Amino acid sequence: MAEHYPALQVVVPLLAAPLCLFVRNGRAAWGLAVLASWSALGISLVLLSRVMSSGVISYALGGWAPPIGIEYRVDIVNAWVLVIVSTIGALVAPYALTSVEREIGARRIPLFYAAYLLCLSGLLGITITGDVFNVFVFLEISSLSAYALIALGQDRRALTSAFRYLVAGSVGATFIVIGIGLLYSMTGSLNMADLAQLLPGVWESRTVKVAYGFLAVGFCLKLALFPLHLWLPNAYTYAPSPVTAFMASTATKVAVYMLLRFFLTVFGAAFSFDVMALDRVLLPLALVAIVSMSLVAIFQVNVKRLLAYSSVAQIGYMVLGLSFATVTGLTATLLHLFNHALMKGALFMAMGCVMYRIGSVRIEAMAGLGRRMPATMAAFVAGGLSLVGVPLTVGFVSKWYLILGALERGWWPVAVLVLIASLMALVYVWRVVEVAYFREFTGDERTREAPWTLLWPTWALVVLNLYFGIDAGRTAGIARQAAEVLMTGIGQ
Amino acid sequence: MREEIIVRVGAKVLAPFIIMFALYVHFHGDYSPGGGFQAGVILAAAFALLALVYGLEEVQRVLPPWFVRGCAALGVVIFAGVGVVTMLLGHNYLAYNALAPDPTHPEHGQHYGILLVELGVLVTVFGVMATVFYLFAGRKGQAP
Repeated sequence: MAEHYPALQVVVPLLAAPLCLFVRNGRAAWGLAVLASWSALGISLVLLSRVMSSGVISYALGGWAPPIGIEYRVDIVNAWVLVIVSTIGALVAPYALTSVEREIGARRIPLFYAAYLLCLSGLLGITITGDVFNVFVFLEISSLSAYALIALGQDRRALTSAFRYLVAGSVGATFIVIGIGLLYSMTGSLNMADLAQLLPGVWESRTVKVAYGFLAVGFCLKLALFPLHLWLPNAYTYAPSPVTAFMASTATKVAVYMLLRFFLTVFGAAFSFDVMALDRVLLPLALVAIVSMSLVAIFQVNVKRLLAYSSVAQIGYMVLGLSFATVTGLTATLLHLFNHALMKGALFMAMGCVMYRIGSVRIEAMAGLGRRMPATMAAFVAGGLSLVGVPLTVGFVSKWYLILGALERGWWPVAVLVLIASLMALVYVWRVVEVAYFREFTGDERTREAPWTLLWPTWALVVLNLYFGIDAGRTAGIARQAAEVLMTGIGQ
Repeated sequence: MREEIIVRVGAKVLAPFIIMFALYVHFHGDYSPGGGFQAGVILAAAFALLALVYGLEEVQRVLPPWFVRGCAALGVVIFAGVGVVTMLLGHNYLAYNALAPDPTHPEHGQHYGILLVELGVLVTVFGVMATVFYLFAGRKGQAP
């Protein structure tokens, strides 16, 4: 069975999704979702360790050898992203039980888990596949289920934000499929490794450059790079809490992975940086995203919205690492994929706990909550410190590599900007902390700590934040190895 | 339209042929234009026609909403399940050669595999199309 792990990685959640509809019972569907998420995590960990010990794993779907058939190709880069996505999935699934029973009508709960599992399998599929058209198919699976998940929010504005996301996401997906179509017309191949070999022969053609442009816009819409981020804040604000925690920590990460995979593996680092000047296009956008979105986050009154804007700024960090066009910069990007998933997951889960108890995540509603819900708010503080980049948290490790990358290129103004943005993060985290700890509690006297079913996944993420902040050697080592693979291209 | 005898009889006569045509499109899908997707749409169209002529309630007595929703999920299980079966038979996921009854001619498995997988597509597409139709046709409150 072990040789089928690449297929099972996607098939287990994909098969569990329709089964959720048959059980028609919220708890049973939840059980299936947890089982599928944890097996996905187990599979991804096995894949990562196997890739690290014995190199690339290739799996021919349907027994058709690549490049004719669809190939699932696991190298250290996507094994790493698979672990990120499935870790978050494995913690969001148990978290969802209590949260969803409060936020979503009982009749819709099995539908929620079905959509969640489809989203998970779509994201895992995008990551694991070595076929560019397959990327598009899984992208649609994950996006369509994401729209449905966001629309399940209690607030009626969830519907309009899901619709806006649908419009933006569909435009993005269309651009991506146009780009893929143009590549196919030039090379006659859809296999990533095959494309990487064929494309240098047609570098000069305008079609390939246009395809590159279409793909760039499509990916940037999907990963919400400033100024294509407009769909994100509302979608994250009005979605149900577990959905926000899941989407914020996985969907944009997978989009960043797609960008790296296409532009560094398929087109090759040389083409992206020397011919298309990708780094010079992304650098200003990333810097504007980091500074302006941190500034916008400072003035938000809804904490979920605040964190959503902060996510757009954090995506700026990931893109910034790529725009250094060095191994250190890419290491920072890949490391931040994981680290940001941990911190934003923890923060949004803490907000889910607050939502569960007081029914609101507006800052003024959280006055004095630090004493009423100490564990929840402590988790928020820990996640917030990580977001700022305080030593002993994962945020520090990401920022360290990012600044290292900037200094390596001699771009010290960029390093200064990163530090300034960290201070801005401190400001918006502090606003919440101040209200929660230094104001009198004014709400309902019966407000208690959130139930442990919500707290343990939140704290699991907080502990991971601290653990990988102290013992960063392993994650940084994997990220560096992955960055080297990306920079050297497919012929490792 | 419930009073129009020609429409009523016409729809009643046509419906079985439309269903038959859907199956034709499915079973010939592997070597001629067609396949599960088209067949599913045609199959759902037969019931949409009956609903237009005889009313939604009559059709939902035969084909209740829970059933078509179940179909939408069942098709995915069929499709993904074929892959699991080939895996259990010791081949790669969705490697239809595993399904050949006679191991000396593994290519026959491709024939069975594609029909089964397309059957999954048919069931899902039929279920989704019928569900979408039910949802729109069942909307109350607004003037048409």
